[in-house]
Formats: sequence, structure tokens, C-alpha cells
Amino acid sequence: MEKPRIAVHKFSSCDGCQLAFLDLGEDLLTLTAQIDIRHFAEAGILGEDEAVDIAFIEGSISTPADEERIRRIRERSRLLITIGACATAGGLQALRNLADAKAWTAAVYASPEYISSLDKVQPIRALVPVDFELWGCPVNSRQILAAVGSLLNGVVPIDERDKVCMECKRQLAVCVMVSEGKPCMGPVTRTGCGALCPRFGRACYACYGPAETPNTEALGARLRGLGLVGHEIAQQFLGTTNQMPVFLDAAQRWEKTP
Amino acid sequence: MSEQRRIDIRIPVLARVEGEGALDLSIRAGQIDALRLEIYEPPRLYEQFLIGRHAQDVIDMTARICGICPVAYQISAVQAFESIYGTEVTPWAEAMRRVFYCGEWLQSHALHIHLLAAPDFFGCTSVVELAQKDAEAVRRGLRLQALGNDLIALFGARSVHPVGVRVGGFHHAPSLSAVADMRARLNAARADAEALVRWTAKLPLPDDEQDFVSVAMRHPDEYAITRGRLVSSAGHDLAIEDYERHFQESHVPHSTALHAHLDGKPYLVGPLARINLNYTQLPAALRGLLGGLGIHFPSRNMFHSIVARAAEVWLAVDEAARLLGEYRVPGTPIGTPTGTPAVASTPRAGIGFGCSEAPRGILWHRYVTDAQGNVVEARIVPPTSQNQARMEEDLRISLTRFGLDRPEAELRLRGETVIRNYDPCISCATHFLRLRVARV
Repeated sequence: MEKPRIAVHKFSSCDGCQLAFLDLGEDLLTLTAQIDIRHFAEAGILGEDEAVDIAFIEGSISTPADEERIRRIRERSRLLITIGACATAGGLQALRNLADAKAWTAAVYASPEYISSLDKVQPIRALVPVDFELWGCPVNSRQILAAVGSLLNGVVPIDERDKVCMECKRQLAVCVMVSEGKPCMGPVTRTGCGALCPRFGRACYACYGPAETPNTEALGARLRGLGLVGHEIAQQFLGTTNQMPVFLDAAQRWEKTP
Repeated sequence: MSEQRRIDIRIPVLARVEGEGALDLSIRAGQIDALRLEIYEPPRLYEQFLIGRHAQDVIDMTARICGICPVAYQISAVQAFESIYGTEVTPWAEAMRRVFYCGEWLQSHALHIHLLAAPDFFGCTSVVELAQKDAEAVRRGLRLQALGNDLIALFGARSVHPVGVRVGGFHHAPSLSAVADMRARLNAARADAEALVRWTAKLPLPDDEQDFVSVAMRHPDEYAITRGRLVSSAGHDLAIEDYERHFQESHVPHSTALHAHLDGKPYLVGPLARINLNYTQLPAALRGLLGGLGIHFPSRNMFHSIVARAAEVWLAVDEAARLLGEYRVPGTPIGTPTGTPAVASTPRAGIGFGCSEAPRGILWHRYVTDAQGNVVEARIVPPTSQNQARMEEDLRISLTRFGLDRPEAELRLRGETVIRNYDPCISCATHFLRLRVARV
């Protein structure tokens, strides 16, 4: 059987999600024996325009050139998978979208060298169809290997949409909100990290994005009960996945609440 | 006649660097007519959206400037807030931050040496090819990288964007048993670290001596990583608060990263600069190892950077093993569970500075806060923008010495090798470029 052809592409990002491949340790050599990497610039393999079976995309889109590049990649890729918060939700840098709208409304111009940049930072799905999204800031090697393993066997990867709270229970972690009154985002945040923050005694800060059916209103009210004011509650929702509508709506609602 | 040759070399995507950059080179009449290291990765405007955020947000957000050196961002940031709030961390937290940081040096240096730099010296394009030529060296490198990642995770729960740092100390202290396991692995890795230093010293490195100014931090008690003053080979000795009086950043049109100069001149930061300035603070065993291999620091050969990186891998393994050798869970009798290992602090208004030695060189932060301790103004200067002017200067010198009449493919490879030698992190360099706002 021919080895599946894989590409890893980078857009605007911190490079941290690609590390889910490069940090595999000696398993990296096992993986490269099973797949045929056609493009992975950081690893020294250049073949941006080659046709591949799976393209992994890191980073968000913020220039016209990148917009064109992602369309070209989509045409040549059988499956396209986003890895991490930037590619899947726009990332932290998408906070710029809010700043533009809020503070620099009417007559505001960027300096000329950036005129080529787009008005908004966008996730990949805003531009091309995406077959599967891996959440996390960053995604971890376990998520990548599980997804690659499923796809190599012709199975759709499992979409982990549970809340971090569920993971805390599975890990027998003490609830930091109940026991210590910490402003934890676990009740609305997607699992996949392994409940790292609560297990370290700190509040989850939602770096994996919204879980399924998140009740942002109830959580906001609870955070208010813990002493946070509206603006602080809004900031809790404006993290690495700030452009996800359910978080953005919650932030805008709480921003208006004193 | 070679003098008549017109050569235009464009490397549109630099491979094996972190982030997106390109090199443009034009040669006319045997001279370099134009040379531009282009950094075109889009700016991400971090300094803008840090405004209004509290310290923990800044620690977690600035980590996202770079997936390869998040620890450096967290440590420089937390220092700045602790200086504003007047927080004195315990000697335990100070020592454990150094161990945490050693994990990042180990991880980042091992990644750079094996996955990014070394393939050049074996005629390979990637680590996958290199593994076919020298499997043991690659396996050893991947083992050291994994050890560094696990050391970061010991204090940060994960190696990329770790979650353990807070103002006053850490959110969590590792258990005695987790530390004992790590100490055993670090001690076992000493052999790998020594073999790595020997291996890099034997690589066919070009001999290319150049004049350059090195800049690094220095601390009287230790080979500086997390704290110290700023010193240079030109005689500077500054408090980190005085950085802006001597170092200037300017914007050049072909780059979305700023160029930095020291009193108007390019300078070098990173492993070679550090080892050049602080060589005498390395452990005697390491100095003996390097001397025995015929590598002498300070060195003017830029290609000794890879040996300096390997020496710092050795140092990181040694330091982490030593500091964890004295490990106690803070504030509690041995073996009992602990509360949060952090001292309390009260946010307040002020101006604070942070600086630490990221794997690629000094990473400088300055924050101004309001009465609630939230950010009013932020400025971050990463290592790669500081090295950018030096990289262009080095490219001009080393390509001219290499011979501009050589075939294009050779010039191209040498140019890329010179750039990769600096381990540029373009993601870091493009976090900023402030929006200039014009109102009509």
C-alpha cells in the first residue's frame, strides 16, 4: 500500500501546534516511516503545491496572499484538517478584529506597509471547507496521533466536545471553583487538554474553545457571584478563541453589564 | 568573466526556521548589490491587545507569541509584574524557575541542532534524511528534546504554553516522586549531553571569523538565564531598566519585524554571545570538555553557535539535576501535600521591566500598569529582531568570502546555512509592529 501523503502548512501563528509533530521524540521517526511528508517547511521539506491526502493547517488568515494560498492548498488536498486555536478559531491575534471595531471606528488608517493586510483575522473555515478541526492552544501530540491514526484506518476521528468539568471528574481533580472560588472557565470549555489547569490548582482559561452547548450566561452569573465585574467577565471569554460566536456574544453581553 | 555575472537569488520560503521569511540577494559586477532578509509573516499586534489585561492574562497571552520559547515570555513577563507589585519570590521559586527555564533551553536547543541546523552539514534537506545517515545522533537529539519538554511540563503541565507560572511563584509544586523520576532521567542524560557536545565539535563547520559585538545577561552567582544585568563585549554593563537608553529599534520596509541596534551598530544575542561573555561561569567539567575538543571561547567564528548550543544543553542538564537534587516541596514537612507555592502580592500602578535569556537571546519586556495592576502600555523586544541587522551583516561578509562567483545553488545553500545558524524565530519577531493610527 502506498504511504499517505501529508502536508503541514503554517499561516499566522506561534508555531506551537506544529510542535505536536516535532515534539513526538523518537516516535517522530516511527511516524515518518508510516507517512510520506510532502510539505513541512519548519522540518525542511518544501512542496507547497503538491497534491496530498491530508493537509494539516496551523495559523489564521490575515493577508490577501494567505487567502489565495489556503485556496490553492484546499484544491490539492483530499482532506484538510485545522490544528489549534488560530486555524480553527482565529487565535489570540483575532482580538484585533474587536479593536478595529471598537476603538478605531470611523476614520482610522493603518500605516501603508500593512495596507495589504485584511480587515479581519479569520479562521480557515471562513475561507475554505474544513474536513476536521482539532482544538487547543496548543493541540497536543495525543490529539494529532489519534486523528492521524483514525484517518489512516479510514475512520472519522472522534470529536471531543465534552466540557473540561467532565475531564476533571474523570481525573478525580478537586473543583477549583467550588472549593476555592476561582473563576474557572471549565464549565463552558471543550476538553482535550486533560484538565491541566484545575489539576494544577488554577482556573481553566478556555484555551480549547467552547464545548458543546455551553451555558455562558449561567457561568457569567456565577463569576459575578465570585466578585468579577462585567468587564472582567467579558475578558474571560476573549482568549484564544475570542471569535467563536458563543464566546464573542457572551463577551459583548457582559461588557455592557456593570 | 565572473565579474560580469548578474545573479538574482530569491529564496521565497526559508526552510527549517520558525516562521515565514525569505532572502533576496542580487549580485552585480562581482559585488553584492542588494541583500534583504525579508520577514513577511503577518504582524500579530500583541502589544496592542495586552492593554487592559491583568498580570496572569499577560503571562498566558505573551507565551503565545512563540510556541518554541513560551517559558522565556512567561518569565520575562512575570518578573516585570513582580517588580511593579514589589513581590519578592522565595529562593525556592527562584531556583525552580531556573530549572523550568533549563527545560526550555534543552528542548529548543536540541530541536534546533538536530531538526533545523545539522542537516546542512550532512548534505541533507531534513532530519528524516539525516536519520538515514546518522540514526544514533538523531535519536539522541530527539531524546534530549523530549527530556526538555518533560522538564517544562513538570512545572507547567505541558511543554507548549505551559500553565504553571503566576505572580509570586508557581501555581503548583511538583511532587517528590515526580521530581525523583526527573532527576534520575537527567542524570542518565549526562552521557547524551556529553556525546552531543563531542558530535557538534566534529561537524564540518565553516571557519568564518568576524568582528561582532556580543550582548548577554550576566549574574554574579550563576551563568545567567533568568536574571542579571546586560553586558556587552564592547564594555556595556547596564541595569535592564536602562535598555532603551542604548538599544534602538527601527522599521525597515522589507520586514514586518523591527531591526535593533546597540548605539547605532548591529549586535549578536543568543548562545554564542552568552558563552563568549560568561564562559568562565561554566562548570569546570564543561570547560574541560570543550577545551579538550579544541573549541575555545570567546570565539569569533559564528558557526561555533551550534557548539555553544550543545554546551548549553550540557549545562541545562547539569543545572537542572543539581537544583532538583536539593528539591523540597516548599513550606511543608517533607512528603506532605502543599498549598499554592506562591507569595501573596497586591496589584498596583507602576512601571516594570523583565529580561531573561530566551534560547535565542535576551527577551526584554516593559509594562506600565494602572492602580488595579492592569496593563496601560506594553513593549516587548524579542531576540530575533535584535539579531536581524547582524544576520544581514553576516550574510554580506560570509557570502563575499565564500565567493560570489560560485554556482547559484551553492550560494543559496550557504546563505540559508548562515541564517539558520542564528536560529531565527520569525514568529517571535512578528508579534508587534504597532498600528500607527492616522486620524482624518
